Amino acid sequence: MVTELAKPQNKYQEAFRALKQRKPTIAWVELVRESAMDRFELLGFPTVANEEWKYTNLAQVAKEQFLPTDSKSQLIAADIAQFSFAETTGSSVVLLNGVLNRELSNTPLLDKVVVLDLFDAIADARYNKLVRSYLARNANYHDNGLTALNTAFLESGVFVLIPKDVQLDAPLQITYVADASQSGAASFPRVLIVSEENSSAKLVENFVSVGSSGYFTNAVVEVVVKHGARLVHSRLQNESASAFHVATTAVELGRGSSYNSTAINLGAKLARHDISVVMNGEGAECWVDGLYVVGENQHSDTHSVIDHQQPYCNSHQLYKGIMDGNGRAVFNGKVFVREGAQKTDALQTNKNLLLSPQARVDTKPQLEIYADDVKCAHGAAVGQLDQDQLFYLEARGINPDLAKNLLTYGFAEEVIEKIGIESIRAKIDMAVMNQLHTRLETQT
Amino acid sequence: MRFVSIAMSDARQLFGDDFIMLEIRNLHAAIDGKEILRGINLTVKKGEVHAIMGPNGSGKSTLAKVIAGHPDYEVTAGEVIFEGRNLLEMSPDERAREGVFMAFQYPIEVPGVSNAQFLRLAYNEKQKHLGQEELDPLEFKDLLKERAKVVEMEASFMTRSVNEGFSGGEKKRNEILQMAVLQPKLAVLDETDSGLDIDALRVVAGGVNQLKSPENAVIVVTHYQRLLNYIVPDFVHVLANGLIAREGGKELALELEEKGYDWIKAEMQSSGAGVPAN
Repeated sequence: MVTELAKPQNKYQEAFRALKQRKPTIAWVELVRESAMDRFELLGFPTVANEEWKYTNLAQVAKEQFLPTDSKSQLIAADIAQFSFAETTGSSVVLLNGVLNRELSNTPLLDKVVVLDLFDAIADARYNKLVRSYLARNANYHDNGLTALNTAFLESGVFVLIPKDVQLDAPLQITYVADASQSGAASFPRVLIVSEENSSAKLVENFVSVGSSGYFTNAVVEVVVKHGARLVHSRLQNESASAFHVATTAVELGRGSSYNSTAINLGAKLARHDISVVMNGEGAECWVDGLYVVGENQHSDTHSVIDHQQPYCNSHQLYKGIMDGNGRAVFNGKVFVREGAQKTDALQTNKNLLLSPQARVDTKPQLEIYADDVKCAHGAAVGQLDQDQLFYLEARGINPDLAKNLLTYGFAEEVIEKIGIESIRAKIDMAVMNQLHTRLETQT
Repeated sequence: MRFVSIAMSDARQLFGDDFIMLEIRNLHAAIDGKEILRGINLTVKKGEVHAIMGPNGSGKSTLAKVIAGHPDYEVTAGEVIFEGRNLLEMSPDERAREGVFMAFQYPIEVPGVSNAQFLRLAYNEKQKHLGQEELDPLEFKDLLKERAKVVEMEASFMTRSVNEGFSGGEKKRNEILQMAVLQPKLAVLDETDSGLDIDALRVVAGGVNQLKSPENAVIVVTHYQRLLNYIVPDFVHVLANGLIAREGGKELALELEEKGYDWIKAEMQSSGAGVPAN
């Protein structure tokens, strides 16, 4: 087994050497890439023997040996216009196969904030120090093979700086487009967001694809929210049904800051999202919500970690799941309350709706508390559609299939409605409907 | 019961079948193997208001649910004919689209689905079924605004999730709003008065009265006479132990209010009719 696994990593080693030649960088970044590559060689892809990957099998990803593509994508702005939301016009950044694409990006409204190719930010004396302090700080590559792989293949990405006291009105959109017109490509998008003291912004991430061949997305997004800053973060994953999608969102919260995340997982053949929030300053507050919808031949896994390291922090978590066909989902939520993190208020809820007898969900909410004056609650539920509700709708003339869809939509809506941006909410409503194969219109 | 069957055949002779909206013959129904209705006969004509009264456990709510097609109840014998068609062969949604409406005793909360979405969907399903024009959200909004006046409901209720967080009175008003939107031929109000204060009762009853016409019919299922002060019945049927024990005009309701139900139960027991088969 071990020797078998070493082979694909040799292929990555080869691609890594080519990358170093193609895109050399300054010494400290080179050092980061190299040590990340070392870690990946050692760790490889996680296997189901790893407790954190018990229900999600990446064997096929390891076997397929997806590599970053070196051929130029032919996509033009018109191809990807459909992925932009009306509210983000003029503040939209596009990564194509993981690499920032200036021609497809449109950023005139972002004059108050810094949005750069991560490598340009590294080369820029004004931002070099900041990037150096925060890059690979919250997304740890020492113990995580996937993060190590992403970090080893750093060659672009996005650096966003929302300076002190700046209020960004228009939401900033980052669109990750995978050009899947050719098969077997890997993309390793990397994003670093720094919300400085007392700033306020909204961030929208949209993971999409053009084409239908199999590919691999391995994204790492690091977010730093400093004292008193606020960030509202919506994340939509709607990749192709033949895609493998793994992503890490690693967040660090400063004193009195606020972070509000809604992650919607609809697409991909196999999707895994790890979201961690380290509450590193007193009085921080976060909402970490999400929805996963899986249908036939889909697998979606969400792992969340909320780490209360300081006192007087509140965390609220609501994740909902809808499983249809032979779809399978996993939710694993951990809340840590560290020693001294008194007056913590942590709530975690996970609710799942099974629409077919073949569908399955494995849910595991966990609490680890090392402080004595805290308020923590967690709960998980798995159920089916409510028969009384179904009869009520049917008694009003709605046929049973439509009634089921309406109730399923209603179940999802509790999470979707948290997204404060109208056109995104409408788009997600529609995407959920499509997933449920319903013709329901919702714009009343 | 004899009286009813005679009236029925007279009506048929005089006016033909289309005059009769609902005809229930020897209806038996059970839940979890336990027989609740044990031979109900009832004929409802267009333009009539019938009250079904009776003590708790007499089967009056079961009758309402069987008419609506609740899946928990099994019809073990008898017939229910709605406008000349076998109602029991229709699914609950088909019954509704054909014009049968039951106002629930305990309206169900549907989180995440707005009242307006729900009502428009139900309305359009019915329109489509009848080969009539469906309405888009804006057109429907106008219709809803008009119909909501019937139960004095504010616009804010339309954007809220169906019944979620509604007070008891608001839920009942919402039922009548649904009735106003769907304009059923036959409305069955299952204990619509339960849990209502006097003001809500007045609004709800007022709504039903506004919707009443010579072309439709209403069956009011109630424990108390109170609601019948507002929705005046043409006929009152009293159920006990799954059978119709008494029938009469609106004055029968007043008699029950005064004397309670015990005398009816006693009467049935002495005649042997009220003793359950098991």
